[in-house]
Amino acid sequence: MSVLIIAEHEHGVLKSDTSKVVSATQKLGKSITVLVAGLNVSEVAAAASKIEGVSNVIVADNAAFEHQLAEDLADLVVELAGDYSHIFAAATTTGKNFMPRVAALLDKVQISDIIDVIDENTFKRPIYAGNAIATVQSAEDKHIVTVRSSAFDVAGEQAPAAVSTIDAVKENTLSSFVSQQETESERPELTAANVIISGGRGMQNGENFALLNGIADKLGAAIGASRAAVDAGFVPNDMQVGQTGKIVAPQLYIAVGISGAIQHLAGMKDSKVIVAINKDPDAPIFQVADYGLVADLFDVLPELEASL
Amino acid sequence: MKILVPVKRVIDYNVKARVKADNSDVDLNNVKMALNPFCEIAVEEAIRIKEAGKATEVVVVSIGDKACQEQLRTALALGADKAIQIDTAEKLESLHVAKLLAKVVEQENPELVILGKQAIDSDNNQTGQMLAALTSRAQATFASEVIVEGDKVNVTREVDGGLQTIAVNLPAVVTTDLRLNEPRYATLPNIMKAKRKPLDVISAADLGVDLTPRITTVKVEEPSKREAGEIVADVATLVEKLKNEAKVI
Repeated sequence: MSVLIIAEHEHGVLKSDTSKVVSATQKLGKSITVLVAGLNVSEVAAAASKIEGVSNVIVADNAAFEHQLAEDLADLVVELAGDYSHIFAAATTTGKNFMPRVAALLDKVQISDIIDVIDENTFKRPIYAGNAIATVQSAEDKHIVTVRSSAFDVAGEQAPAAVSTIDAVKENTLSSFVSQQETESERPELTAANVIISGGRGMQNGENFALLNGIADKLGAAIGASRAAVDAGFVPNDMQVGQTGKIVAPQLYIAVGISGAIQHLAGMKDSKVIVAINKDPDAPIFQVADYGLVADLFDVLPELEASL
Repeated sequence: MKILVPVKRVIDYNVKARVKADNSDVDLNNVKMALNPFCEIAVEEAIRIKEAGKATEVVVVSIGDKACQEQLRTALALGADKAIQIDTAEKLESLHVAKLLAKVVEQENPELVILGKQAIDSDNNQTGQMLAALTSRAQATFASEVIVEGDKVNVTREVDGGLQTIAVNLPAVVTTDLRLNEPRYATLPNIMKAKRKPLDVISAADLGVDLTPRITTVKVEEPSKREAGEIVADVATLVEKLKNEAKVI
């Protein structure tokens, strides 16, 4: 029995999350199939076929999958599920949406957000906002698993594996797509960025987040925010780093005016290098920072931008 | 329209969970417990829909031992009309919970079920989606806006990279994200009133769901700790260290 991974893609581009999920499953030593469901996704399929370790790619190219609605994706995955002992997807908002539906339709439990694969039925996952790591073992014969992709490296490349197509669409009478509103940004996505600079409540308002732009431009960084900044209405929720937002692990994470609440730390503490800039020397963020600067961010940010 | 809101009793949002010395689990002895924050948002949303005249009744349900009646009373004080406790002392998995809730959905027949997107203890983010699957209903997860219009609900969802709006046909299951609303505080008169609202207790065993565990927790550990680094004097030192010591810029 082999592994099925549901690919994560957007605008005809395969996301690196998929490659990281392939890395996570390589330890199982099983043949790996990637399912690409979407509309006009031949390039996504071609990219997936070149991820090291993938034995074949199945493409479901149909308008029904264009918006990745849970009802459509779940029915498709359930249709294919018989051949696989492990069904994996990235724990993105797409994976989190359809995977539990797949699990329930198959009458299987799901193991969410794993950060390590111990063996074919044992996995590690964070619980309590990352304050504890549980090792869990499933008694199921089919494992439905979502993967915290930031915990795994991108897999290598290989000569393209075989690509086949499948035509299996059930009519969805339950839900329909209305609209999509995307955050426009030239910057890298938070979950894929090598450098992230995030602002917290200390930024005082949304306009002041512009102070981070110049630094982000110079470092090729993504801009994030703490939940406090999102709750205060400074910035939209898709910028939120934390247990209830995005989980990130960049090479460099710069926390500006962020106190370091448990829930924020849960989202960024696996970053390689953490820098904290805060005027409160007792802020908990300093306990996890490699480099701390106790200073007023409004003095420091322009200086930092100028010195990069 | 009737709205069902399943809620969970969990460790208080502000309390840091500690791992037991024997690594068997997280220590919840003498820890402050509360209504799961996402569930609180779900209760608030249901009450707002009722206040807008689009629902007639809000029923809250929780699964657990008698202690979870405290959270049900909280939900009643916020404005729910009726509560159900599904009594069990077992530690349940999301699939069990979804199956028990599916039985309640069968009995109560709500047009809309609103749940929190995840509980802050197990962090699974599964129950709503599973319940939708088991009851063959549409699902709209991670909602930041819910608009009921006739036999449809338009839900704006928090997705990676922005917002997605979908229309789901009723009956449906919605799960809440953080920005959906800001829950109200229960007033003292409403807390008193909540004590007299109906709270039914059903034994989980009577619902005919197989609750045999399928997941074993092998161990629970503290996450690896990060060591605090150094405080640098100024921006110039910081940039120098990032370049030459950490080599990340």
